Amino acid sequence: MSFECSEHLHYKLLHLTGEVDLSNSSEVRTCLLDILNNGHSVVVNFSDLDYIDSSGIATLVEGLNIAKKSNLELLIVAANGAPKQVLELTRLDQVFTLIDSIDEITE
Amino acid sequence: MSKPDMPFIHVKNISSSYGDRVVLRNINLSINAGEILVIMGGSGSGKSTLLRNMLGLKKPSEGEILFNDLNMCLANKADLFKLRRSMGVAFQGGALLSSLSVGDNIKLPLRQHTDLDENTISIMTRLKLELMNLAGFEDLMPSELSGGMLKRAGLARAVIMDPKILFFDEPSAGLDPVTSVELDELILKLRTAMNMTIVVVTHELESAFTIADRIAVLFDGEMVITGTVDEIKACADERVINLINRTPREIQIDAEKYLKRLTEETV
Repeated sequence: MSFECSEHLHYKLLHLTGEVDLSNSSEVRTCLLDILNNGHSVVVNFSDLDYIDSSGIATLVEGLNIAKKSNLELLIVAANGAPKQVLELTRLDQVFTLIDSIDEITE
Repeated sequence: MSKPDMPFIHVKNISSSYGDRVVLRNINLSINAGEILVIMGGSGSGKSTLLRNMLGLKKPSEGEILFNDLNMCLANKADLFKLRRSMGVAFQGGALLSSLSVGDNIKLPLRQHTDLDENTISIMTRLKLELMNLAGFEDLMPSELSGGMLKRAGLARAVIMDPKILFFDEPSAGLDPVTSVELDELILKLRTAMNMTIVVVTHELESAFTIADRIAVLFDGEMVITGTVDEIKACADERVINLINRTPREIQIDAEKYLKRLTEETV
């Protein structure tokens, strides 16, 4: 797993690649909470994400909760395949804002 | 995780006994990655022993069990530990610790085997409780749950670490038909969304026919057939037909031995 943080408009863009699981979700958590605690909205890019386990999903849920409490946004872009199925299984596809493409985000 | 065209779990020629009593003879079984394999058989057919062998809880007297390339019977402690971390086991009665709340039972593997933050652990636990339709039951004690709830809580604990392999012993036993169907649906969802390889031991036909990609039928410690649901239904073996038709076994007795057993040590 690797992740990169960049900027897109007024959002921080967190691009996840490979597999997020028990062995590395803590790193994603640290980065995500750091972004939110610094007052930035965040877009988590799933386009190169092959797999995300419950610890990764839990990290995103915690992030979403912090975002909402701080009047920030946490969006997920390009969720497909297994990661999308995990979101659907847990019915979190109805909780997160899922968008197909980064181009849908405007100022 | 598994190499293409190679069984994920490979049971090779295993035999297993309790003392002098042989309960499994020359069992061969291959389970593919992402497959739901159901092991069926009547009481005493050896299906629970086969499960115990695959879990490493009982060493077979002969043969070997391979998980990918790892021979479970010869693996060192470190490899065995790693392998077991990739497994989840849902026992028949839930097997929850009675002194811990439902939530703490489910959290236990995460607290023991990971360094995850407690917030993450709590959310993961609640996600699994939601999945099992047990939202809000986190603080109850196991003694306050019904049989079906205990089973679902046991399943929640079994999958809390998102195992690659899930072993499920008698998921439908003791459940009402509706709860049983819900549990079957849940097993199918887990496979699809989490790409789990699932081994279910059951004697419930309806459940087996609903969830299985393949079924292995055991009878008196021997593997009668392994095949798809259609292949099992079309099987001409009398033992399989009797199992499907729920025909009681006709017990052949040796009259002389029977009388001896009954009268031994009597005047």
